[in-house]
Amino acid sequence: MSTRIEVNGTWRDAQSDADTPLLYVLRDELALNGAKYGCGLGQCGACTVLVDDAAVFSCVTPLAMVAGRRITTLEGLGTLERPGRVQRAFIEEQAAQCGFCIPGMILRAEALLRASPHPGEAEIREALHPNLCRCGTHVRILRAVRKAAGT
Amino acid sequence: MTARRDFLKQSGALVVSFALAPAAAAQGAKEGGPKLPGSLAKDPFLDAWIRVEASGAITVFTGKAELGQGIRTAILQVAAEELDVPLAGIALVTADTARTPDEGFTAGSHSLQDSGTAIRNAAAQVRALLVAEAARRWRLAPATLRVEDGSVRATDGRSAAYGELAASLDLHVQAKADAPLKDASAFRVMDRPVPRVDIPAKVTGGLAYVHDLRLPGMLHARVVRPPGYGARLVSLDAGAAERRAGVVKVVRDGSFVAVVAQREWTAIRAMQDLARGARWSETPALPDARKVAALLDSLPSRDTVILERRGAQPNAARTLEATYTRPYLAHASIGPSCAVAHLEGDRLTVWSHTQGVYPDRKAIAEMLGMPAEKVRVIHLEGAGCYGHNGADDAAADAALVATHVPGRPVRVQWMREQEHAWEPYGPAMLVRVRASLDERGRIAAWDYGVWSNTHSTRPGGAGSLLAGRHGAKAFEPPPPRAIPQPEGGGDRNAIPLYALANARVTSHFLAPMPVRVSALRSLGAHMNVFAIESFMDELALAADADPVAFRLAHLEDPRARDVVRAAAERFGWRSAARGGTGIGQGFAFARYKNLAAYCAIACEVEVDLDTGQPRIGRVVAAVDSGQVVNPDGLRNQIEGAIVQSASWTLYERVAFDAKRIRSVDWQTYPILRFASVPRSVDVHVIDRPGMPFLGSGEAGQGPAAAAIANAIAHGGGRRRRDLPIARA
Amino acid sequence: MKRSLVTRGLAALAVPAFAGSCATSGDPALARLQAPPARAAFSASLVGRGARLAALGDCRGCHTAQGGRAFAGGRPLETPFGTIYSTNITPDAKTGIGLWPEAAFRRAMREGVDRSGHHLYPAFPYDRFTLASDADIGAIYAYLMTRPAVESRHPGNRLAFPFNVRAFIGVWKALYFRPGPWQDDPAHDARWNRGAYLAEGLGHCSSCHTPRNALGAERADRHFDGGDAEGWHAYAIGAGSQSPLPWTEEAMRAYLRRGWEARHGVSRGTMAPVTRELAKADPADVSAIAHYIVSLMPRSAAAPGVSAASRAGDPEGARLYASACESCHEGDEPLPFAGIALRRSIGAAGESPRNLLNVILYGLPPADGATAPVMPGFAGAMTDAQVAALARYLRESFTDKPPWRDLDAVVREARAAGPRIAQAPAGAMGTDPANVAETR
Ligand code: FES
Ligand code: FES
Repeated sequence: MSTRIEVNGTWRDAQSDADTPLLYVLRDELALNGAKYGCGLGQCGACTVLVDDAAVFSCVTPLAMVAGRRITTLEGLGTLERPGRVQRAFIEEQAAQCGFCIPGMILRAEALLRASPHPGEAEIREALHPNLCRCGTHVRILRAVRKAAGT
Repeated sequence: MTARRDFLKQSGALVVSFALAPAAAAQGAKEGGPKLPGSLAKDPFLDAWIRVEASGAITVFTGKAELGQGIRTAILQVAAEELDVPLAGIALVTADTARTPDEGFTAGSHSLQDSGTAIRNAAAQVRALLVAEAARRWRLAPATLRVEDGSVRATDGRSAAYGELAASLDLHVQAKADAPLKDASAFRVMDRPVPRVDIPAKVTGGLAYVHDLRLPGMLHARVVRPPGYGARLVSLDAGAAERRAGVVKVVRDGSFVAVVAQREWTAIRAMQDLARGARWSETPALPDARKVAALLDSLPSRDTVILERRGAQPNAARTLEATYTRPYLAHASIGPSCAVAHLEGDRLTVWSHTQGVYPDRKAIAEMLGMPAEKVRVIHLEGAGCYGHNGADDAAADAALVATHVPGRPVRVQWMREQEHAWEPYGPAMLVRVRASLDERGRIAAWDYGVWSNTHSTRPGGAGSLLAGRHGAKAFEPPPPRAIPQPEGGGDRNAIPLYALANARVTSHFLAPMPVRVSALRSLGAHMNVFAIESFMDELALAADADPVAFRLAHLEDPRARDVVRAAAERFGWRSAARGGTGIGQGFAFARYKNLAAYCAIACEVEVDLDTGQPRIGRVVAAVDSGQVVNPDGLRNQIEGAIVQSASWTLYERVAFDAKRIRSVDWQTYPILRFASVPRSVDVHVIDRPGMPFLGSGEAGQGPAAAAIANAIAHGGGRRRRDLPIARA
Repeated sequence: MKRSLVTRGLAALAVPAFAGSCATSGDPALARLQAPPARAAFSASLVGRGARLAALGDCRGCHTAQGGRAFAGGRPLETPFGTIYSTNITPDAKTGIGLWPEAAFRRAMREGVDRSGHHLYPAFPYDRFTLASDADIGAIYAYLMTRPAVESRHPGNRLAFPFNVRAFIGVWKALYFRPGPWQDDPAHDARWNRGAYLAEGLGHCSSCHTPRNALGAERADRHFDGGDAEGWHAYAIGAGSQSPLPWTEEAMRAYLRRGWEARHGVSRGTMAPVTRELAKADPADVSAIAHYIVSLMPRSAAAPGVSAASRAGDPEGARLYASACESCHEGDEPLPFAGIALRRSIGAAGESPRNLLNVILYGLPPADGATAPVMPGFAGAMTDAQVAALARYLRESFTDKPPWRDLDAVVREARAAGPRIAQAPAGAMGTDPANVAETR
């Protein structure tokens, strides 16, 4: 039995069991690196991807739940040669230390900007609240999101 | 002062005292000869560090690993600068037992001091050799030649590319101690904010971490850890796991249990099956997590007086005394530990985010009873580790599991609860300090003691690996060792940099370790600087002096005075600011290890007078790390240290009951989230062109902790001496 | 749904307090003080008592903006009638209540009239505070006057007609407001009366837990029958309680003091800040409140929860539950750091599905630097139909209650309200996880 999902613009027939968390479908079956395993509990945001335009924790989202939906991972926002606007802002602000939390931050920022193109500081912090960074890169992450938002 | 300065000049050559004795050590520094700079002292051959192919390809080798601190970029900058080639023209190979020099651990803010210094010197010598080779060919004096973009050029227009010259050059020669280094004024790549080379891949989903490694035929494994430290496996019903489709093998080796599967999610489900089928014997052995002082006092201590100064005894007008405590702190990496291992015939390859490929190799080889040469450990990045976390253990897990599925690469990924419960924590600490002030409000006498477990149980052998301990061979953990001064472990930064005529500092080393501990970023410095700098404020208050002025009155080191003044000025320190208004300002200073970077921090904190809950506003730091390689990278490190230290200081404590660790995720081990991030963090870098590199990756941890505590006390919250401040 | 929409809006109007002056009341302006009273004017014990009483009334919750300084006001409340901002009740002379004499403060609490003689919006629940004693009001005054003065002005309220008409409040008061201090009920003992006095007065439980009429007044005939506030449902806490587990006084006390109880679960939504404050109130007072409230509830569960074995229900919901919920909600970790067994949860058994839906959609947001449960929300991953299917399944298989009416509409409402309604994170659970295990 396979489950059809659109990943970064391409329809895929995922073979994993329907109850497999989306995170493992993306990483293990589709060999995408963007979504990271951080906790598997919906507490850290390392696994954040977009479903349609909303940020979700892929680690607690069973594949069946998002059947037929449009999924965007870090890879879907841009490439090394042509990074997307949020990715570009993170590079310009050098907003990473180890970088492990950054994919989740970028996708959460992307979801925010799709919903609210010119967020204020409080709104940005609120949107990023579900995501943790252990390196203390927060100040730069905020700067990068402000830059991507043009605020 | 002179002694310290001399020491400083050589500090690049310091060997991490807890590293394994390097095989090549002493080779470079011949009897009586000048000591080679940085890690060249351990591995003096130029071609161990730099190779230039006939094609012109340049490869630089470092035994240090990228941990998110930006070391790749900094080392490339150093090499590009001295070789006079573009940064993009150099390939960099990092920690790999088959390819790079043994530089022990990537730790203690040593990377630039050790490896950066070695590579800078080696690069300068390689460049000189290339120039000499061209001079020989053209029969010109080397001084008349210049180097541009990877070619040597003569004034008459002749030029030869590095590759061409290298073909007839043997770089397997010993380095010299006195390589002519570029003058700081001629820098084109160093001392510039070069964008980090690792960031683009990290933000676009490239292969950036060991977690992302996918080898052909790779299997996925999960380990089932015991419920608590002392637990032993009594019985295991593996039926459910084995029946699960896609499970390849259940591994049981003593109390070590793991499962291997085709797919990652299958491995996780099978791990849960096994956990349900496992019966353990548990022994309640853990002390009360909340009573740090009582716990540490109950352990036998080995005491060393690490500072004894007896000057003239002025009259003590007032004596103050205080006790400070810190609980166990978790590294709590965002990405749980991961490793891939592959046994092919009698050779084992392990990809790991370990901080020390060589020591890890030795420990793994011992655990498996293999010769070390048959084991290759390759560093690939993990999530930030901040010291010794689960990396080496995960590598050992993968290695052990790989021996049960020979021929197939196997990836072991720890679960969140395993990372939290099994990593070796930063030790709990206790400080007691007493000092007196004379009539003029100067410190007349100072007596300081710090109690702590060891701050390093890094792989010294199979017994320091969980798989080694839990496996049937049940290796014993090696006896804990104290890291001696001047770097120190629990007593790192226990000696204040202040000019104190009468002072005694005692290090109380506690050998028994009820809780698994090891190196956490800055080791004892976080706590010692928190205690010393908090106490300095308490003394300043008693002396009715402004905290910044009080510090300056006791500081002689001019570089220290410079950072203190710079931080105060940039912050806009108000010496007469009234306390108790709910908004406080706080200040703190330290020189990391008393021999690395100088860092002073001023901050503003809002305190809720009822709840005592703080909110950090502005933070301003000034840092002097000698010659700067990458100012933006340095700022990034200090910013990170401040925010991370704020989290440790305000919120963190490992919880456990008599049997088990209870901090197993982000609910039970909460850390700082965005709402609590300081309103702003500004790092001011004091440039010291031409001065030796001073490690700075850990310099912010202590000063940030104390500056926050001082601001809280000033704002009207109480003086907080027990960490974590916001949860005590 | 029409009724509930109106009452929710009005109830919300009644929640955030001291919402700013309106029409003159006919009462005189009271003279300003020359300067805010000196700290020394109040004894430490009086201030301490005031602190505990203010915590009990959760003054802070409404009078502190998110990220703002304590009691400086400015917390916006969006209602269908417009936005109301809470006032600054720090002793700042310019923008706070620094120049209010105690008599003015007392009058505001008792009569809903500000110092200058204007009516106050009933969003400030003086209909409840009027029951408070002079002594208790005086203690709270002492407490507030000794907080740091914060200069902070909030933007003016933006209300639609007729709520922006000053005289409206006068009419409202004439219709619904019954001033007067609390009278003990001689049929009950002192502890019960203490609990009742606090719960009905300063604690203003009924402001949320009692349904309101079309003009936003509490319906006296349905006291504690459950009400709506700020996108959350405040469950019935009287005879109509739907809790699948009967509350004991001990359980209620623990819940109110710590924000969670091992079998009933954790407080969330608009109740989370309330329990966070109750942790600082006098334990004996909280205990009295628990005694009083539990005395009003049914002794045995309205309907016991259904065991997992007898589950049936919406198959789509069942699949979602099994793949997304079960691992946390049927694990063997103890609360509050694991999901509650849903057969014990008021979420599935309650009279309104709103809170359950809020939690499915927005989860329990993490607290900052405090041990507190975190649950991920599924708003992004689940469609409305999936959310409804899951809720239907939980109702059908974990309770024997009739299906909720208008479930699909409430799902749409909850989604439209957005994640902000879940923004108030739970406070610290007052405990380390180690100690949690001990209470198991
Ligand atoms: S990995 Fe999904 S939230 Fe942590
Ligand atoms: S950059 Fe390392 S966790 Fe955020």
